[in-house]
Amino acid sequence: MADAANGPGLSRRTLLKVGLMASGGLAFGFRLDASADVETTSPPPGELAPNAWIRIYPDDRIELMLARSEEGQGVMTALSMLIAEELEVGLDQVRVVMAPVAPAYKNRLLGEQATGQSTSVRDAWVRLRDAGATARTLLIRAAASRWQVPTSECHAQRGAVHHSDGLRHLSYGALVEVAAGLAPIEQVALKSPERWRLLGTSPQRLDVPEKVRGRAGFGLDVRLPGLLFATLYRCPTPGSRVQAWVAAEAMRVPGVQDVFAVRSGVAVLADSTWAAIKGRDKLDVSCRPSSNPRLDTQRIEARLRIGLKGRSAVARKRGNVSAALASAAQEIEAIYQIGFQPHACMEPISCTADVRSSTCSLYVPTQAQEAARAVACQMTGLPSERVTVHTSFLGGGYGRRLEQDFVAEAVELSKAARRPVQVLWTREDDFRHDYFRPMTLHRLRGGIDDQGQVTAWFHRVVGPSVLARLKPEAIRDGIDGAMVEGAADLPYEIPALRVEYRRADTPAPIGLWRGGGYAHNCFAVECFIDELASLTGRDPIAMRRQLLVGRVRQQKLLDHVEARFGLSATPPDGRARGLALVSAFASHIAQVAEVSIEAERIKVHRVLCAVDCGSVLHPELVRSQIRSGIAYGLTAALKGEITFTDGEVDQLGFDAYPLLRFDEMPEVVVDLLPNEADPGGVSGLAVPGIAPAVANAVRVLTGKSIRSLPIRLGGL
Amino acid sequence: MIGSLAGLLSPFPGICNATAPYGPLILTWDAMISFTLNGEPHALDLDPEMPLLWVLRDYFGLMGTKYGCGRSQCGACTIHLDGAPVQACATTLAQVAGRSITTIEGLSPDGRHPLQLAWILEQVPQCGYCQPGQIMMAAALLNKHPRPTDAQIDEAMSRVLCRCGTYDGIRRAIHRAANPEVQNG
Ligand code: FES
Ligand code: FES
Repeated sequence: MADAANGPGLSRRTLLKVGLMASGGLAFGFRLDASADVETTSPPPGELAPNAWIRIYPDDRIELMLARSEEGQGVMTALSMLIAEELEVGLDQVRVVMAPVAPAYKNRLLGEQATGQSTSVRDAWVRLRDAGATARTLLIRAAASRWQVPTSECHAQRGAVHHSDGLRHLSYGALVEVAAGLAPIEQVALKSPERWRLLGTSPQRLDVPEKVRGRAGFGLDVRLPGLLFATLYRCPTPGSRVQAWVAAEAMRVPGVQDVFAVRSGVAVLADSTWAAIKGRDKLDVSCRPSSNPRLDTQRIEARLRIGLKGRSAVARKRGNVSAALASAAQEIEAIYQIGFQPHACMEPISCTADVRSSTCSLYVPTQAQEAARAVACQMTGLPSERVTVHTSFLGGGYGRRLEQDFVAEAVELSKAARRPVQVLWTREDDFRHDYFRPMTLHRLRGGIDDQGQVTAWFHRVVGPSVLARLKPEAIRDGIDGAMVEGAADLPYEIPALRVEYRRADTPAPIGLWRGGGYAHNCFAVECFIDELASLTGRDPIAMRRQLLVGRVRQQKLLDHVEARFGLSATPPDGRARGLALVSAFASHIAQVAEVSIEAERIKVHRVLCAVDCGSVLHPELVRSQIRSGIAYGLTAALKGEITFTDGEVDQLGFDAYPLLRFDEMPEVVVDLLPNEADPGGVSGLAVPGIAPAVANAVRVLTGKSIRSLPIRLGGL
Repeated sequence: MIGSLAGLLSPFPGICNATAPYGPLILTWDAMISFTLNGEPHALDLDPEMPLLWVLRDYFGLMGTKYGCGRSQCGACTIHLDGAPVQACATTLAQVAGRSITTIEGLSPDGRHPLQLAWILEQVPQCGYCQPGQIMMAAALLNKHPRPTDAQIDEAMSRVLCRCGTYDGIRRAIHRAANPEVQNG
């Protein structure tokens, strides 16, 4: 995925050098691109940019660059804390500035400048602390040289260097000029965890004050002089094209300025959002083909069902599963089915572009700045240094804003209109033209010997390939890694094991979704483990413990949920508890859902979570991401799904695809079990486990296995 | 900390300065529809069928009222009309004639309404997109029931969706704002 030169192989030493070598070009406004020539843009005198992440001004202003998208997960605060800890400044002393696109800002876990798959903190963990430490060391050296004392007599605190005599001190701003003339630093020591004063605490989020005043700038809040608002009529059936359109009625709507066809449909440009929406309603468009019988949920399901048998690719293999199943004392087989899911970000999709003859500016809530710039370059023919990407706050992303369809639309429209254009997707557009979490089918087989030990495990994942469109080069030997995560990296130790992937592409547009492949695979795995447990008469915790050979971190989580929540104790009347254990994104979580069934409806009362995400930067951010993942996952588990009929999406609003409501939110208890390990990801961590935890509880209540998502009681 | 946000917002002219109108704003006193917006009298000569949501956003530059669905299904656009919560996407300009509108920008003069302070203390927002609607709904609830029960909170707040699942924080923040002496003492 990552290219070798800039990939995760980059050593700490090289990194520091890269930062400093690049520093010459870094001080200059937003032009941080490699192509912004270092020689021609020497830093303004008296200003210090010790690396790509920090800028210090003589008047003591300190700016931290944020190169990841704030979509609610708290990166703005968490990543700033990493720098501030080592730089020895308070969060109240810094200003956070959104970074432009530049090689220094690549997310090495994704291979591009992007935010997703719960990678931000993992990628930043060492590198941002290094950045802060480098700058601090440089400033201490500067003070030492000013005072003509050894550096060992100086220390940094709250944006100033102090001498040990307790009398002399100089603010960072006062040291900028001296520091700028010092030799680059090759290697710095990071503070040991006992000396942290910020990391491990929960300071207030930096984005909250603006967000409670309604002043945080989201994609739809961008306003530029001369801005036009655009809506597009896109053919409802994916792949179908506009044949003809009549614009006369639309043009008569006051405020509508222009109607013309672009690649993705017919655009209505107007001087207000309302006129653009109303104008589009008045368009008369015919598309061909007008339908697609192959894009139909039942046909897709039938196609996937065929894949349960026959050829497939092997994602992981140990021992001989066929032999182990044949010799097992008991064998069970289960088929699981999981439906399509939309992203349904609260902020509908949008992008604003301002294309001029020699420049292009994007103002966009995107998770993928580098790809956005590439699309703009391709569509305008401009070189990359002429394209600027301004990232706004994101009203949710969850993988949807890794896509570039909306960026391409805005660029094409602005180029044609010769004006800045904001493309707005209505909620209906957002549902209709999403890249959904794919439907998958799962065939699991388990063998148990006469001692009650699990001796064989077979899991076949059947579904379309997500990476075939997004990253075809990442598909190896027929295995799409994004489709088998959670299945192939099963944490359970079983003597004979075989995990297969059968690719079955369908006409449904699909993409990455919160929690990735774990979100579907862990449902099948964790439900099946419980089915095996009841076959052997073991309780779900004992069953998992036995299979987690040498997995100390997961074992501890199980011990914790058992001790703290008394899992085996009887829950209140009419309720049952269900467990799921998930290892994903270098983190681990055990979730226990306490569930009842009232008036034919599933009610989730409480969810108890034990989380091991290694070192914890900001405990409250972790907790809020766990709660958030549970809400997101419960919507998919209980509330609805996306279906297709004759080429079109059936659910076009929150009436047909309801989100979890306020009164449906369970009480969530999150216990963190931190350790010394590097931090793992948490944004997607709670999503995969909540559905199987609830399903396992429902199974206890009803005595019937739950084998499909969303969970429907009617089918029992 | 508040200052730290200015840098982030700077590429978006008009966002920080929520009072600066942009667009073909027509302010004539003999115009068709007059109303009070955040305490100020206004009159507008626009399509009377235009939803208030777009009037606020596109003509007044008041960006705190959010578009989430346009069909009264999400509550992101919740504002107060004569003190009662309504969805701005489902309220036409004609319907506000002679009435008084309050948006998140006008909830308090300095952004320090007890709910906003409680929202900060409880660190409620995640992506933040639904939050102005949540706060406006909660403010209307407190106007009606200064000490709401959990059932009253459930009833009112179930009308505003949050995809980020910040619901438990919202409940805590409402209780905190409603019971300052208990919660902040
Ligand atoms: S935008 Fe008004 S209720 Fe959703
Ligand atoms: S905070 Fe993101 S939708 Fe509510």
